[in-house]
Amino acid sequence: MIELKHIHKSFGDQQVLRDISTVFETGKTNLIIGASGSGKTVLLKTIFGLHQPDTGEILYDGTSFASLDFQEKQALRQQMGILFQGSALFDFATVEENVRFPMDFFTDWSPDQKRERVAFCLKRVNLNNVQNLYPSELSGGMQKRVGIARAIALNPKYLFCDEPNSGLDPQTAIVIDELIRELTCEYQMTTIINTHDMNSVMGIGDKLIFVYQGKKAWEGTKEEVIEADHPELNDFVFASKMAKQIRGLHQVSASNPRP
Amino acid sequence: MRFGNGIRLIGAYSLLMKRVLVRPEKGRIFWRYFFIELDKLCIKTIPLIMIISLAVGAVLVIQTASNLESPFIPKMYVGYMVRESLVLEFCSTLMALILAGKVGSNISSELGSMRITEQIDAMEMMGVNSANFLILPKITAATLFNPLMMLISFIFGLIGGWLMVIASGLITVEQYVDGLQFALNLYYIVYSMVKMAVFSFIITSVSSFYGYYASNGSLGVGQSSTRAIVVCSFMILIMNLVITNLML
Repeated sequence: MIELKHIHKSFGDQQVLRDISTVFETGKTNLIIGASGSGKTVLLKTIFGLHQPDTGEILYDGTSFASLDFQEKQALRQQMGILFQGSALFDFATVEENVRFPMDFFTDWSPDQKRERVAFCLKRVNLNNVQNLYPSELSGGMQKRVGIARAIALNPKYLFCDEPNSGLDPQTAIVIDELIRELTCEYQMTTIINTHDMNSVMGIGDKLIFVYQGKKAWEGTKEEVIEADHPELNDFVFASKMAKQIRGLHQVSASNPRP
Repeated sequence: MRFGNGIRLIGAYSLLMKRVLVRPEKGRIFWRYFFIELDKLCIKTIPLIMIISLAVGAVLVIQTASNLESPFIPKMYVGYMVRESLVLEFCSTLMALILAGKVGSNISSELGSMRITEQIDAMEMMGVNSANFLILPKITAATLFNPLMMLISFIFGLIGGWLMVIASGLITVEQYVDGLQFALNLYYIVYSMVKMAVFSFIITSVSSFYGYYASNGSLGVGQSSTRAIVVCSFMILIMNLVITNLML
């Protein structure tokens, strides 16, 4: 479980995050949603420690991140798996070397054990025969899956995904979403996903946090978002004509239940 | 304002070096990347060094011979002056300026690309000291091996001169070889190798610094690469003065 308490973050004069408090539960896919520039990427990067909050506290299973010394922070980071927006695979390494990278640094496993674990992780994300390819030889969806395989290489307790669907076609995006959800349930991770993809919101949003102008404007579940009476949230979630029509149909069917 | 920026840059560079110049977390990984960098930054540069040195050695023979027309100056001085020019300045300082362009831009653009595609962030978030992992193999490979490159450059410069002597007939081969052996001071070779080691440290560390902190997308990578070359060249010239004053 990850808990945020009154997080504030500024860059120079620009205040990006304002008093954000919430709880991200274990075994659930927690989604941070919001328009571009709303502060959700800064929020995610603040949660996993790439930015330091100006004030406020981040608790990992009850332990304050700020109270940890350097070694303890490094140890905690080894329990985090992170999927960056552009996958952030290492150009100089093959797929196998990318997935093996955290094992090389943080385990004393034998080469055979590492090879087995790499094969397992790649199989788990449905990738075969790509071990010797370089990231530039993979499609966007495959790169994301390699990124996920690397993120789960050391069985992390916390998984962070920054816009995992950006640049992917809708079908591949759903595959990636489902994969993240399956892994979250399977390994009982605390997963936080940063997205503005409405398919993700409606598909895997166990918990949603809506960030608007740096503030937490709303939180709830994917079921609650349809009924939510929050103008900015509705403008964001039901921005497209199709989404508006779906919402209208849902409201009509809710007000006229079948006998 | 500019002075303040300069102080800030020196501070940031020092802090980065503090993270770089520590014992690697995994020795085996360090040595693997050390040899990769050795190949990339040094071995693959040898052909360029050889060609430039041959050409410069040949040109030095022509220039020196055409400036020594007095019958009172022995012709063997052509060989002597070519040797001294090569060992004192060309094979270390000018070669370092050439390497600053080739190797420096390579390093800063490589690290800059890694920065803007979040690869460095990914390493940091895994708990890896990315500065140490990415930069230390480059610095050690270049600083240890480039003094040998200076020797290679020196040898090929002398060969270039020798070929020009044969081709042009400006002086005899015997005169050229006599000149090369005349008043030979091996300390100059040590001095030149020390200079090359210092220049290599500057090239790799400064260009790594600019690449590591690149920002503003691909445009920023290009800018950091240009800045790295300019600052490296400037630092090489200053350190050339300092080392020369200290060692000669």
